[in-house]
Amino acid sequence: MNRIRAIEQQQINEELPEFSVGDTVKVSYKVVEGTKERVQPFQGIVIRRHGAGARETFTVRKVSYAVGVERTFPVHSPKIMKLEVVTRGKVRRSKLYYLRDKVGKAARVKELRF
Amino acid sequence: MAKTILGRKLGMTQIWSADDKLIPCTVIEAGPCVVAMIRTEKRDGYRAVQLGYGDIKESKVNKPQAGHFKKAGVTPTRYLAEVRLEDGEEFKLGDKITVDGFEPGMHVHVTGTSKGKGFAGVMKRHNFKGGPGGHGSHFHRAPGSVGMCASPSRVLKGVGMPGHMGSETVTVRNLEVVRTDAEQNLLIVKGAVPGGKDGFLTIRLA
Repeated sequence: MNRIRAIEQQQINEELPEFSVGDTVKVSYKVVEGTKERVQPFQGIVIRRHGAGARETFTVRKVSYAVGVERTFPVHSPKIMKLEVVTRGKVRRSKLYYLRDKVGKAARVKELRF
Repeated sequence: MAKTILGRKLGMTQIWSADDKLIPCTVIEAGPCVVAMIRTEKRDGYRAVQLGYGDIKESKVNKPQAGHFKKAGVTPTRYLAEVRLEDGEEFKLGDKITVDGFEPGMHVHVTGTSKGKGFAGVMKRHNFKGGPGGHGSHFHRAPGSVGMCASPSRVLKGVGMPGHMGSETVTVRNLEVVRTDAEQNLLIVKGAVPGGKDGFLTIRLA
């Protein structure tokens, strides 16, 4: 088991900033189209972090033209060029699935104030 | 170089490939194996080597086995398996076989013992459909009819029946080698291999 963990440890991206559920993040994701590569930003609220270690994933939700869009990324994916935390959110649960049923102003997350 | 190596399944994980794709893979501890016996054309009628793999406590080795290993001049191993040799391959007693012969990109066949499922019904064992779960149905997981009537008045061969499932020798063919680690004797292949963790495996080049 430890040897598998060692293999996974090598793949962990240590430059990633700390972020948690409820935060608004901007993910710069590398997209390959044929032979061309470009970076696609995706900004939204983190509604879930799932798994642990190198296999962890997180899901970002945004509302685009009144349509909810959710994207799940592996946290340590080499395709994530940059991850910025735009705002910190104040939330009381680990999975924000309730946001899916909320529309407009209700679908916000309170900002964390220090 | 040897085309076969013995090993042990350590478990599964995932690895990012060079083109940033996630590959599901199995980590195998492959070797180091030691040649414990040589079969020759002259004496045995075929050419092969007996490979030994795995640590074992000295107290667990019985006397006949201990004598066998002593004859070869090697430390006792947990597993022994015979591997046929092709023309031109030569080994001496005590030769070590490591993962060095395997390179990323090669394909291997992996043989192991699948996980035992016990006495299994036809739905699990033969992928029968089963019946509806509710709505007054009394036909749930039973096999149903197994044949015809007075003609042929017997059950045809090969009809799926309940019985023991698993714990059998299974070979998965053409798994790609993703990575090797000579230092830790690791062989990482793409996809799943038969059996559970610590299961004994035979790996040979495709």
